[in-house]
Amino acid sequence: MLIIECPWCGKRDQSEFTAHGEAHIARPGDPYKLSDEEWGDYVFFRKNPKGLHYERWVHSHGCRRWFNVARCTITDHIYATYKPGDVRPEVEE
Amino acid sequence: MSTQVNRLGQGGRIDRNKPIRFWYDDKAYEGFSGDTLASALIANGVTLVGRSFKYHRPRGIYSAGPEEPNALVQLESGAYTEPNRRATEIQLYDGLHASSQNCWPSVGFDIGVVASWVSRVLPAGFYYKTFMWPSSLWMTYEKYIRRAAGLGKSPTDVDPDFYDKTYAHCDVLVIGGGPAGLQAACAAGRAGARVVLIDEKNEFGGALLSDTAQINDQSADRWVSERIAELQRMTEVRLLPRTTATGYYDYNFVVANERVNEHIGPNTAGKAVKERLWKIRAKQVVLATGGIERPLVFADNDRPGVMLASAIRSYINRYAVAPSRRITLFTNNDSAYRTAMDAKKAGIEVHIVDVRKDPQGALVQQTRELRIRIMEHSTITGIEYSRGRIRKVQVMEIDESGKGVTGQVQTIDCEVVGVSGGWTPTVHLFSQAKGRLKFVDEQHCFVPDRPWTNNPVSVAGSCGGSDQLNDCLAEGFDAGCSAAQAAGFDTGNLALDATSTDPVPGSPRPIWILPCDHPIGRGRKKHFHELHNDSTVGDIELAAREGFESVEHLKRYTTTGMGTDQGKTSSVNALAVMADIRNTTIQEVGTTTFRPPYTPLSFGSIVGHDRRELFMQRRKTPMHSWHDRNGAVYEDVGDWKRPRYFPNMGEDMHAAVQRECVSVRQNCGLLDATTLGKIDLQGKDSIRLLNMLYTNAWDQLAPGRCRYGLMLNEHGMVFDDGVTTCLGENHYHMTTTTGGAARVMNWIEEWLQTEWPDMEVYATSVTEQWAVAALSGPNAGKVLGKLTDHPLDERSMPFMTMAHADVAGIPARIFRISFTGELSFEINVPARYGLALWEALMEAGDENGLCPYGTETMHVLRAEKGFIIVGQDTDGTVTPMDLGMDWIVSRKKSDFLGRRSFSRADTSREGRKQLVGLLTEDPKFVIPEGAHVVENLRPSPPMEMLGHVSSSYMSPNVGRSIALALLKDGFNRKGQTLDVPLMDGSSQKVTVTDTVFLP
Repeated sequence: MLIIECPWCGKRDQSEFTAHGEAHIARPGDPYKLSDEEWGDYVFFRKNPKGLHYERWVHSHGCRRWFNVARCTITDHIYATYKPGDVRPEVEE
Repeated sequence: MSTQVNRLGQGGRIDRNKPIRFWYDDKAYEGFSGDTLASALIANGVTLVGRSFKYHRPRGIYSAGPEEPNALVQLESGAYTEPNRRATEIQLYDGLHASSQNCWPSVGFDIGVVASWVSRVLPAGFYYKTFMWPSSLWMTYEKYIRRAAGLGKSPTDVDPDFYDKTYAHCDVLVIGGGPAGLQAACAAGRAGARVVLIDEKNEFGGALLSDTAQINDQSADRWVSERIAELQRMTEVRLLPRTTATGYYDYNFVVANERVNEHIGPNTAGKAVKERLWKIRAKQVVLATGGIERPLVFADNDRPGVMLASAIRSYINRYAVAPSRRITLFTNNDSAYRTAMDAKKAGIEVHIVDVRKDPQGALVQQTRELRIRIMEHSTITGIEYSRGRIRKVQVMEIDESGKGVTGQVQTIDCEVVGVSGGWTPTVHLFSQAKGRLKFVDEQHCFVPDRPWTNNPVSVAGSCGGSDQLNDCLAEGFDAGCSAAQAAGFDTGNLALDATSTDPVPGSPRPIWILPCDHPIGRGRKKHFHELHNDSTVGDIELAAREGFESVEHLKRYTTTGMGTDQGKTSSVNALAVMADIRNTTIQEVGTTTFRPPYTPLSFGSIVGHDRRELFMQRRKTPMHSWHDRNGAVYEDVGDWKRPRYFPNMGEDMHAAVQRECVSVRQNCGLLDATTLGKIDLQGKDSIRLLNMLYTNAWDQLAPGRCRYGLMLNEHGMVFDDGVTTCLGENHYHMTTTTGGAARVMNWIEEWLQTEWPDMEVYATSVTEQWAVAALSGPNAGKVLGKLTDHPLDERSMPFMTMAHADVAGIPARIFRISFTGELSFEINVPARYGLALWEALMEAGDENGLCPYGTETMHVLRAEKGFIIVGQDTDGTVTPMDLGMDWIVSRKKSDFLGRRSFSRADTSREGRKQLVGLLTEDPKFVIPEGAHVVENLRPSPPMEMLGHVSSSYMSPNVGRSIALALLKDGFNRKGQTLDVPLMDGSSQKVTVTDTVFLP
């Protein structure tokens, strides 16, 4: 069971949070400029890396805020948590 | 009552002034306070405690702790009963009832023993090979196999006991209260850290309780008492005896089960907590879990009376019972010599069989001085066993290779054999916590190597492979200091203050599988490496011959380590056998992963208070008490209890629903619509948000106006619908489906927070704040008119508008919207007035025949009009166009969620599944929902399906059955006649129609 640091509330138990997959997938500004394939990438395709993963979590049983987590999928080590819109932090694996 | 024939005259941590009466297999016995069930049984000379799992061989108590593979009992009966409890872990209490299991008709005479006569046809993997094929017959075999091989019986009554859960946080969690653990807890406690010390036994002290050692030149006993007293004085230290750490998870999260009142017996129901599950987060963990003695594997080593040497020592020193007055110890190391000396001092006749040639340790010397006979360079090659007892053991000289025997057979008269193959560190928790193990050649065991990144843990004492008390004391102190330091405490002025002088041990001889006078795996004598699941060395050889060499395959093929003891005594020996066969090292063979729980955990403890309504809440509307009083039959919708229908006296569901449907269309009805999701939206960008969330345009919605909307995900698929009303400038009231309320709220919050943080919109769930009564039918206006001054005529209050008005004196929002197609008013009042509103409406409607109706009637009424229910007529693969709802998809808006997906090839293609109506050939026949629709009917499946029936009802207003279905190319099939094959083999012809049955 992870301990996750919510950027608003601090360190809390994993059971307060919900994971929502890969982070930093911006919704295309003008979807109609995208080919079907590009749009399909946005809607359907997600990375599944072994190692560092930037992902979205929401503090669903807490402040209900969304934020991002840099987590290692092998060790479950959390390198950083940060607010949406913040620059993706570079971390050393 | 039997007397305690094996009780020693003095010593032990038992209270001879407190005799305890208990029953085993319906026979009364007496033990003392401080006994375990196992020690009390041994005291009473009970040697047989069960039959083995596969061969039904008689088995006796083997150990004195959680590693026990044999002595599993059914504890208590009726609602209190628990199967597979270890007699070695049950503290004796007055009136305890236990019975043996896995033997029928009795432990002494067992029908299943025929299984051992035919053991040659029961090799490893037997069940898989024999019974899994043909697979159709497995169902038949399984019943009988399970009955024959069954362990205990699970209770069938509801458990009357209370179970609790507690969360705890600490700086240092010390697991294990032996010498190392006590030292660690004291050191960390002295530094000021918040410490939790847990131990599975009822007393702290660990191995010291069974020992005769000295610490600081005083008895270990006394040292333990002083340490406990010291810890009890520290306000930041919590001591948890009778508590087993069963699981060690990420980020130092440890789950431990405290058996709070189990030692009092099952008579505490309603008064006290039986077990408490601790969920502990620790900054630092110290594992001082000790070790478990390893057996030696030799011919017929499963006979009752064969025990771990250390267990014999425990029984003598801690419980003052002698398993027998004649004991043979069989060892490859010095550890058993401690048992030999303590046994001799207790007046027991002792022989030692040592596989080593000329053993030299200090303990061996001391033993020699006690004139105990040591047969060196020898092995036990057989056990003479009859009438429930060992009579003699056969001993032969072992050769240099350790694989053969030579010379003459000698015999020793004895009834108990104590075995010692050295010690296996209890690394289970370390391994659960994803720590890496390494094999240490000098000690011939796996020890903790590297902890996992996220689990700051240190290891002390025998858990790390140390076998000297002095080392354990020092390591415990160091571990406690470093853990406290890492947690931020100063340990600069702490100094080690406990030492012990240990005799220098001699080297062990690293063999565990001992030869006999026939090749292992052949002949009548069996070499069991695993007692719990009845697995023999021969089984491992078979596994290797058939190619199951990897340790994970070996485990599953032979079921080694898969019993409820998780192979605590067997796993390393199994690896040793496989290493030998493959001619490699144990390190190379590797270990399997240890998984929680360390020892079995009761369901009661896991569940705790989360039972019934505390597990699954029932959401009730403010009108619920009226529904109860008026005989509502409920339907679960999410967590909500919604009235499904209100039967009159003698009515079944069909009759009630038909009556309610007619009443609403001809007169009027009242539905409790409180459960609909409601979201209050405010802020200057609310329209921008609505335009993105819904498929239609929202710019022109004036205050007091309502609009229906469909919500799509980015795939372009419908996932919710509802009516949103403009309450005022930048203020909207959104409704969602009952089941989708939380989903839609999450959806809005996600987009506002992650993609559109620039939008100024505040979304608040107000589902619970408003009670809603939906008044529907041609007389709805008449009824509501009696309770409000607000004009309700078509001009003053047209369709899809909302008005603020008092209804029955209650401030209300009246929405003229409809889910039945009839004139409808959905009256929203603050939740606390919900019941008053409902009662006022029912009273006002009495002379108009107002009929309360439920969700089933609501479904029929909406289907008559072809209105969809999201989640029933849609399933996440359906676009608005598939529903024939193109009219609600804006052509003008440049963007909304899901729109771009409409032009994807698959979404825009011809022939997608589309929502249509179906009329059966037989108007009285109602097709089961979920039935498939086919074009080419065949006598039996497979048939190509066109789609399925999503909604199907008997409609009294249409005068026949109606159905909705999602069919491939459905819109072009209108007028076609198709078939619906049914489960009973018959079929029904259906005609494809429009979805509106009642224009």
